[in-house]
This record gives sequence, structure tokens and C-alpha cells, in this order.
Amino acid sequence: MDIPYAIQPRPDTGLYNAKVGIWLFLASEVMLFGGLFSAYVLLRVGADPGTWPHGWQNLTLGTINTVVLALSAITTLLAWVACKAGQFGRFKFFHACTLLFALAFAIIHLNEYHEDLTHYEIHLTSGLIADGHMVENNLKEDYVIIEGRTVNDEKLLYDLRSQTIKESEIKIPRAEIASMESYGPWHNTYMALDFTMTGLHLLHVIAGSVVIGYLWLFGRKMWRTDPERFTNRVEVSGLFWHFVDLVWIFLFPVLYLT
Amino acid sequence: MSDSHETKTTAAQPPLHDRHPVDFNAYLRRCGFIFVGILCAIGLMLWISYLPGHTWALKSALILVVACANAFVVAGFLMHLLSEKKMIYTLLAVTVFLFIGLMGLTLYAMQDFPAGTQMH
Amino acid sequence: MDATVHQFPPYRKPDPHHGHDDHAHGAHEHHDPGFWAKYIFSTDHKVIGIQYGFTALCFLLFGLFLMLMMRWQIAHPGSALPVIGALVHAVTGDVMSPAVKDAAGNVVGYTMSPELYNSFGAMHGTIMVFLGIVPLAFAAFGNYVVPLMIGAVDMAFPRVNMASYQAYFLGGLVMTVSFFIPGGAAQAGWTSYSPLATTIPTHGQLFWIIGMVLLISSSLMGAINFIATIIQLRAPGMTWMRLPWFVWTQFVTAFLLLLAFPPLEAACVMQFMDNVAHTSFFLPTGLAVGGQLAHISGGGSPLLWQHLFWFLGHPEVYVLILPAMGIVCEIIANNTRKPIWGYKSLVYSVLSLGFLSFIVWAHHMYLTGMGTAISTFFQATTMIISIPSVIILTCLFISLWGGSIRFNTPMLFALAFLPMFGIGGLTGLPLGFNVSDVHLHDTYYIIAHFHYIVAPGTIFALFAGIYYWFPKMTGRMMNEFWGRVHFWCSLIFMNLVFMPMFAQGMAGMLRRMSDGGANYSAAVNSQNGAEVIGGLSNDIMALHVWILWAAVSLGLAQIPFIVNVFWSMKHGEKVTSDNPWNSTTLEWQTPTPPPHGNFTHTPTVYRGPYEYSVPGHPRDFAPQNEPLGGSHPTPSPQAEHGKQLAEDENRKTQNAMSHPKEIKH
Repeated sequence: MDIPYAIQPRPDTGLYNAKVGIWLFLASEVMLFGGLFSAYVLLRVGADPGTWPHGWQNLTLGTINTVVLALSAITTLLAWVACKAGQFGRFKFFHACTLLFALAFAIIHLNEYHEDLTHYEIHLTSGLIADGHMVENNLKEDYVIIEGRTVNDEKLLYDLRSQTIKESEIKIPRAEIASMESYGPWHNTYMALDFTMTGLHLLHVIAGSVVIGYLWLFGRKMWRTDPERFTNRVEVSGLFWHFVDLVWIFLFPVLYLT
Repeated sequence: MSDSHETKTTAAQPPLHDRHPVDFNAYLRRCGFIFVGILCAIGLMLWISYLPGHTWALKSALILVVACANAFVVAGFLMHLLSEKKMIYTLLAVTVFLFIGLMGLTLYAMQDFPAGTQMH
Repeated sequence: MDATVHQFPPYRKPDPHHGHDDHAHGAHEHHDPGFWAKYIFSTDHKVIGIQYGFTALCFLLFGLFLMLMMRWQIAHPGSALPVIGALVHAVTGDVMSPAVKDAAGNVVGYTMSPELYNSFGAMHGTIMVFLGIVPLAFAAFGNYVVPLMIGAVDMAFPRVNMASYQAYFLGGLVMTVSFFIPGGAAQAGWTSYSPLATTIPTHGQLFWIIGMVLLISSSLMGAINFIATIIQLRAPGMTWMRLPWFVWTQFVTAFLLLLAFPPLEAACVMQFMDNVAHTSFFLPTGLAVGGQLAHISGGGSPLLWQHLFWFLGHPEVYVLILPAMGIVCEIIANNTRKPIWGYKSLVYSVLSLGFLSFIVWAHHMYLTGMGTAISTFFQATTMIISIPSVIILTCLFISLWGGSIRFNTPMLFALAFLPMFGIGGLTGLPLGFNVSDVHLHDTYYIIAHFHYIVAPGTIFALFAGIYYWFPKMTGRMMNEFWGRVHFWCSLIFMNLVFMPMFAQGMAGMLRRMSDGGANYSAAVNSQNGAEVIGGLSNDIMALHVWILWAAVSLGLAQIPFIVNVFWSMKHGEKVTSDNPWNSTTLEWQTPTPPPHGNFTHTPTVYRGPYEYSVPGHPRDFAPQNEPLGGSHPTPSPQAEHGKQLAEDENRKTQNAMSHPKEIKH
């Protein structure tokens, strides 16, 4: 049983079925990320003045990730164009690039998570706050060593862009530690939003990579029997990938730059 | 029903790329321009974020404007939304309206309190 | 027109000697799919529709049992649960269902703790709404009927369809399993408000969130499928304004699900993070739990959860009602033998209803300390949205005027829907205004209001749909006598259950009190030694017992229905044509039951959906695919064939349903 308009477009709408389907799905994804962005706006506007972080993210890595994702969007488009031009070899090449870029993005981003989870804010019994990356945290020893700084006012920890920060190695005896918390999602609402939004985005990157990877690995069979249907599948998965890039285009400035 | 009707048009007709030849190099050039445009947008946003002497509110607004322009380029050209059909535009227009409604009304609601009841 | 015809696959010409779903003489075809592929992992929209329907009805029954236990507790707080007390205790343990002992210290039974009551309350709501009504009204009826009504061979994405059922099934499984974990199921209401949802020490809420994410995914996949199918797979000649209004309601419902569910999914992800990763999306600074400052970062907003939840929550209630209205419209048109009055008004009303439903949500939040400006906005939109609702109800009422009404069981349920939904809708008006909602919010008035819409409203329409489309699914009619028994008993007892709740709500009885307000009533009344205004009078409290008996009777009244469904599948009166109700819509132009691929010939649509009693026409109805001008004094080929099928059926022993044609796609 053939379902009509799976490959050829329906005359009055000008669309084939999967295209309608993917745009509907993307509309729902807009609302999904929209819910998260609304949460971000609300929590930021509602935060006490001066307590919203600026410059907590690694700008270099973030910019690299943005460029990498943009490149992957371009190679995705070119892979589809290659299918339309009947050049399967070129399709394989461009989607291989897409997958490599996706892998690079994921690795860089996971590294950023690792950096966050090894960055600590340590409240000392003296009232000072030590803040920096954990260099040594051997439980057998009675001290920890961080690479960072000590401040006396918590407010200084928020807007990093307006300060020049000198970091040095600080050895802190465990006895002086009142409390210690890493910069995970539990640290404050900004980190919570960062982890959740980029985490959900990363899940979408992985899902998109799986779909594109599947088409890349097992596409030759359908290319031989039904190249138009295959091209449509490439287009539809490409549209999803472009949406993933689109979300990052807003995530990057919102979380890294503003 | 006549049996001569094909269910798979590819069997009866020449492949799509022969019916509509694709100028690959033109696409490559186009993509090159788009990529340069995206890089410019990224650079501009970075530059704005480093501007001294302005509030974060103003800088955020400017950065988001650039981000929207960037998004327009990606959506318009890479997702070829500019050449899409009316049906898709209608769907997206509704979505955008609802998105703005969700954000805007929620934000408005959180700012609007009876006199004397707001905590901070 | 030519190009579109090319797209439709050439169907096999009907074999005059065999039914459509017969295999070749003797041999099973080599691609006989087997039980699992045919019934469990099917991609056929009809099988999936039945899967959804059956599962949803089971969940509705489960939700009914939860409600009965709750009503017992309300009417007899602290007393042992009859009959099933031991079972409840076995599942939930000593903490949730403590033992009730007599004077000698012997255990006489088990009662419901307040935590268990809250848990049942939360799950009753969740199960009824998300596991019962939405899958039945939208997914089950929609999946089975919509492709048939538009003349399509299947849904646009059959495998996505199967995946959506599987996600629903998994979500339901997670929700059910949550009853058995230590601490039991979710306790923070079907609304899962933070901070309560995060600070409860048990894990039921976590299961709730996981279940909800699965259910939301299922609904999203279904919504995409429905919209794409209705846009792309309408048969030639089926223009938008020739669609049966049921298809329009499903179309709008799909949009509501598509665009309103994702913000709740985002909120669920955030609440999940709050529960598991100790974030503070919804937990405010300075939160104290049990007298102790909570060890959280703070900075979150409980109101944010409410906004995101109700952004779905309000469109959700329209998801619950719109398919029901669609079913009622079809049945009314069919059983009045005249066109629906105001088809265009119905279409525009449902479109504007869908649109407006997205901007009224905060009327569920009037008591959260809203300012006047935003409150005014939501009051205005809430009032405006009542207009299309009233237009729809009015069109359906006016459609009855001058009709030649057949009072069969589906029509009885459809007719009862109208005043019942009317009561529910009208009682919503004081709730839409801030000034009156202040007094009525979170009281029993609200419970009565929304239950009137969903219970004698939507559920009656769904019953009507089951009685109406049963002959198409099975080739047999349901028993008419027991259908009427089911109807009258359900109608009477529904009203006896919910009407008193209006009085209780207006007297000030609050929702979600596990003892039904007994402690509150005793505390307030004892201050002056007599019943006071603001306390709950003995009469109001006594209504609890009446409601309990009405609820039990309501539950018993469903037994004839359940028996009827199963009995009629095998022993019901056989239909003599493919179109036993003499309906105009396309689903009746298929063989009975419709085979894989649905139609023997691709239908071409020439007429609108409700061409009943057209002057000059020899019959009192004209099917949508009947060509204009040519009247058919003899029955249509499809009807003829259906008759033959019934006769063949009598000769053969095999059930037509168990051997659908296997056609690959």
C-alpha cells in the first residue's frame, strides 16, 4: 500500500508529507525551547540586581562551537544538494564532515561541563570565599589546592567581565572549609539553566547525529532503489539539523555573551 | 483502476537531477557567502559584549538583534524557508505568535503585582 | 486533477465471489504477518486506534476505582476500606494504609492515610486526563475514523503512529508502576506544583515526570501525524469545507497538542532537574521544609512552574472537549436526518476557539497575587473564549429543530451531552471573573464545574462514539436495550454525583481535603457551639454519603456497557449493510470492517458532509462520494458488496477481523 505524496508533492499544498511533518515537529520544538527561554528570561529578570552571572562561560570554546555548528549546517545543506545533483559520493563526503563537526561540538561541550563541575566555590570559616578550579583534592590529605582567587565579597563572583582576575594556586586546609560547592546545575539558577538548556540541546545534537549517521551508513541501498525518497529523507533530517543550529544561535549569545 | 499508472515516478521518468540539473558550484559559492555572514554576526556579537560603558540590558538587546539576523540567514537560506510554501509560513506565524504570547504574557504577569504586595 | 489521480495506487478490483479480506483460495499468503505484527506491532491506523481505545478504557476504569476509594474516605474518614482494603494495604504498605483496629487491638481493616488520599487524587486526575480521555477521544477515535472520513488509505506516517502508541503504553506503564514503589505514586496533584513536588521525600513525583515526558512525546507524534494526514491525504474532491466537522475538531485538537505540550515538557525537564540535580528552577530563596531552611541555591520561582503548566493546562481542556463535540455533531446530523445548522460557524468557531485557548491560561492562577492589569487581560480573553463555545453549542442545538430524530443509544448520549456540557460551561462563567473566582477557587464548585464538562460531557460523547462506530469496526450492532440502561443509569447517577458538589463548593468546602472537610467543619463550628456561616453545615457534610452511593451506582452502571461491548463483538446483531446508520460520511463507504488500505476504490468526493434529506433525492441521505446529478435508485456498489460480505460471513467460520490484507508500504 503506497501512501500518496510521500515523495511527490501534493499539487495544492506543494509539499510532500515528510516536509509537512518535519516543519510541524520543528514548530513544537520552537515551543519546547521557547519554554526554556521563557524560564531564562523570567528567572533573570526576577533575580536580585547584581546577582546574575556574566562571563562565567569559556568564550573561546563557545565561539569555536558556534563556528563548528555553523559549518556543520552548511555541509548538511551541501549534502542535500549533492543528492539532488545525483552525486552520492559528494553526499557521503559532506555528511561525513557534518558528523565530524557534530562530534567535535559534543566533545568540546562535554569538556565545558567537566570544567564547570571541577570549578569550586569554597566558603572559608574566616568569611572569605575561595573560587577556582580544583587542582588537587586527595581525600587522604587534609588540604585542597585550587587554581583561582580569594574574594571577600560574594558579589564579585558574578560579573567576571567587569574585572581583571589574577589566578594563582591556593592551598586550603580542610579545617578552614565551611562549605564547598562545584559549579554544577545546583549552584544557582544560571548554572541550572545553562546545564539544562545546553544539555537538552546536546541531546538534540546527538539525536540528529544518529539520524544523519544512519542515512550516511545505510543510505546506499535506498539511493539505488529510490533516490528521490532518499533525497527527501536527507532534506528532512537536514532541516532538523539546521534547527539544532538555530537553537544554538540563540543559546550562545544568551548564555555566553549577555 | 488502470495498471499503467506508476506509483513510483522514478521508474518511469529520468532521475530528478537530469530533469532539473543542479549547479553545484553556485550552491558552494552561496554557502561560502552565508558562512562568512555567520562569522561576521558572531564577531559582531562578541564585539558588542565587550563594549565598555553600557548596561547589560542594552548590550543584551543589541546582541539579540544580531542573533535574530543570524537566525534569519540560517532559516531563510540554509533551511530555504524563503522559498517555502504558504502552508509552512502559516504554521510558523502561528507558532511565533504563541511563542511571543507565552514569553510576553508570563513576563508581564511576573511584573504585575497589586500595590504593596511585591517582595523586592 | 489528472496528476492527483496518478498518485493513488491502483487497487485490486473487488472480487465478486469473495470478501475483500479473504486470502487466495486455500493457502495463506506467504507474507502472512502473524499475530505480533498484526495486532501488537501493527502500523495500520485502525489497529492502532483500537489499541489506544482498549488501553484508554482500561485506564478510565482504573481511574474510576481510584475515585471510588477516595469518595469512601471522604464519606467515612478513617474507617476501613471495604472489600479491597487488604489489597490496597498489600500494595501500598503500612504507612500509606494504616491498619484500623478494634477495641481488642485486632486488625479489622485498612484505611487510607492522607498521603495515600493525595496520591490517589493526583493519579486519578493524571490517569483520567492523560491516560484515559486524551488517548480515547483524540488518539483512538481520531486514528480509527479520521483517515476513513477523509478517504485516505492510512495515516501519513504509519510507523510514527505505532511509535506514538508505544510511547503512550510506556508512559502508562511508568505511571502504573509508580503505585508499587516505596512511598507510592505522585502526591502533589495532577498539577505537580513546586515546591511541594520537589520537597516530598518520596519518588512518586519523579515517576510522574518520566511518565509525562513519555506521554507528551506520544501526543506530539500523534499530533504531527494527524495534521499532516488531514492536510495531505484528503481524497480528491475533499475540500476543506467538505470535511466532516469531526475532522476539523481533531485538526484543531492536534494543533493544541502540538504547540501547548512542549512548554510543559520543558517545565517537566526543569522539575526533573529540581528533583534529581538539586537545581532551583522552581524553588524560591529562603524555602523552608519542615522548619528547616532547604539546602538549595534558591532564586527560582514557583509561579514559573504554574505558568508553564497552565500554558498547556488550558489548551488541554479544549483537547478534552473538542473531539467530543465533533463526535456529537456527527451523530446529531446522522440521527436528525438533516444537515447540521451553521457548518461555517462551527468551523470558524473551532478555529478561533483553538487560537484563543492559548491566551487564557492564567485564569487558573487568579489567586497567585496577580496584578490588576494582567488579571484584566486574562478575564477579558476568558470571557471572549466563551463566545465560540456558545456558538458551537447553539449550532448543535438548532440542528435538532425540525429534525426527524431517531432516539437510538448513540443519539441519547449525544443529546444528553448538550445540556450537560451546557451546565459545565455556564458554571465556568463565575470562575472566569476574578471577583467571584476568589470565593470559588479550589472549592468543590470547581470540581463540579470541570467534571460536568468531562464526565457527563466528554465521556458521554465518547460512549456515543463507541455505540455509533462499533458496527463499522465489528460488523455487529451493540445491544440496544442494555445501551439504554447504560445511558439512563449513567445520566442519573452522574448528576447525583456532581450536582451536590456545586452546593458544597458554594458553602466553602475546599478541594483535596482527605477527610472531606470533617476536621475543618468541626473546628469552625465548635467555636460557637453551633453551625456557623463559613463552617460546613451537617447537611452539606451529609451530601458526601449521598455522593458516595451515587458514585458506586455510577460505577455499577458501567457493567452493562462493558459486558455489552464484549458480548456484541461475537453475538451482536449483524449489520446488513456497510452503512447501517445510513450516514453520508466516507467511513461508511468502506467494507465492514475496513481492510488494510480501507477503500476498494479511491473515493472522489462530490458533496458536503451532511447531505441529508436533500429535496428531490430518492433517499434521505447522499453519501459524500455519490456523484452529483446521478441518483442511485439501487444501492451503491459498496453497499451491495457489504451485503454480500455479511452473507459470506454467515457461510464461513473465520472472523473477518483476524485476517487483514497484508500490503507492504
